[in-house]
Amino acid sequence: MFAGFDFDVIHRSLPYLFKEGMTFTLTLTALAMSGGIVFGTLLAMMRLSSFAPLSLLAGGYVNLMRSIPLVLVIFWFYFLVPWIGGWAIGANQPIQVGAFWSSVVTFTLFEAAYYCEIMRAGIQSVPRGQVSAGYALGLNYWQTMGRIVLPQAFRNMTPVLLTQTIILFQDTSLVYVLSITDFLGAAAKVAQRDGRLIEMYLFVALVYFVISFTASYCVRRLQARIAIIR
Amino acid sequence: MKYNWNWGIFWDPAPDGAGVYFSWLISGLGWTIATALAAWIIALAVGTVVGTLRTTPVGWVVKLGDAYVELFRNIPLLVQMFLWYFVLPELLPKALGDAMKQLAPPWGSYWPAVLCLGFYTSARVAEQIKAGILSLPRGQTMAATALGLTQPQAYRYVLLPMAFRIVLPPLTSEFMNIIKNSAVALTIGLVELTARARAMQEFTFQVFEAFTAATVIYILLNIVIVLAMRHLEKRVAVPGFIGSATGLQAGH
Repeated sequence: MFAGFDFDVIHRSLPYLFKEGMTFTLTLTALAMSGGIVFGTLLAMMRLSSFAPLSLLAGGYVNLMRSIPLVLVIFWFYFLVPWIGGWAIGANQPIQVGAFWSSVVTFTLFEAAYYCEIMRAGIQSVPRGQVSAGYALGLNYWQTMGRIVLPQAFRNMTPVLLTQTIILFQDTSLVYVLSITDFLGAAAKVAQRDGRLIEMYLFVALVYFVISFTASYCVRRLQARIAIIR
Repeated sequence: MKYNWNWGIFWDPAPDGAGVYFSWLISGLGWTIATALAAWIIALAVGTVVGTLRTTPVGWVVKLGDAYVELFRNIPLLVQMFLWYFVLPELLPKALGDAMKQLAPPWGSYWPAVLCLGFYTSARVAEQIKAGILSLPRGQTMAATALGLTQPQAYRYVLLPMAFRIVLPPLTSEFMNIIKNSAVALTIGLVELTARARAMQEFTFQVFEAFTAATVIYILLNIVIVLAMRHLEKRVAVPGFIGSATGLQAGH
């Protein structure tokens, strides 16, 4: 089966694949994860708010994002971000937004909906009495959240947040639809240039598998270590 | 800065001469549903078998099932799509591979997409089925054995019917995931709903109308599925037995 394989094409393109492609993928993953967790946590706080318009707004946003395909969201933001940017700075025409920042915005806003659901479960996992105790001590909402509830929520949810990040890492491959040179995009370009589809795509699958499998193994180890026995 | 809205665009004749742009979207919706349903059959069948095998007491079978799930979970869907579409025909015997490559246009990308989505989702269904079976009290297996049922019979008549009812809610979201994930098939040339909206945008430059329409259609589809599944849940519910859905999981 491997008789006609050209392993050299992989060897030749390694610098390109990892220096350009994997760097893009990992940068995008890291930025979207940080932005997504921050925005997702805010969304979760909004969803749990007792002020109805706020919780309805957040709930609507999360449900909307969760019911349409990521590919469609990528297309949406690719065209929407320049218009919103132009509108925000009062320009006469849509501004130029590079493919990189467009995808950072897309993945941040999309994954925030998923991080929100995780953080909502995390916040709800903190016993109600702790919030009351915080208020009884005279702390305000932000102090109670920031000092008491969120640290515990993050601790409880760290494994799930990390698992979601592994999924985000795999999802970033979808920027392929915008012809961006991420890891898969780089491999696809080499594959089409050299007519070596089999070698390149199998190699890409292997790399993604090794990274995701190792990461999820580490998450499982971490989960066993930090679990709080109640 | 002004965007020229034109909601009447859906009733303009489409360039292929076969109808209006609206009928493009509906045909896209048809392909989305056809892909999702066919893939769901594979996912449910394979997922149930793998999920069941992972709860048996036979060590190597469990390991094999775990490996299957890890394999499909740790490779991005888009990469799997390329493997089914570009790589598989080359690795098969030549006659079969050539036959796959020469399928007439919609089918040439339809079947790889169905297989890809089916097996990808089967790994996730297997996880849910396993969780469902493991959430049953151990006494049920023992009672089945005490009644003289063989192990396959215990699964068939006691464990699986109960487990399926418990995992109905997560299975519903897996089915909605298949519908959403079918949009990835546009990369291998399947003209489903998202691809239709994208093509409409390219021909008319009415970006936001086209994407809004696709978004609304996806939301309506989701609502229909949720309602249908709620109905199904009520119909199959066993009185006095409140199944607990499995806990929170990361996912899409």
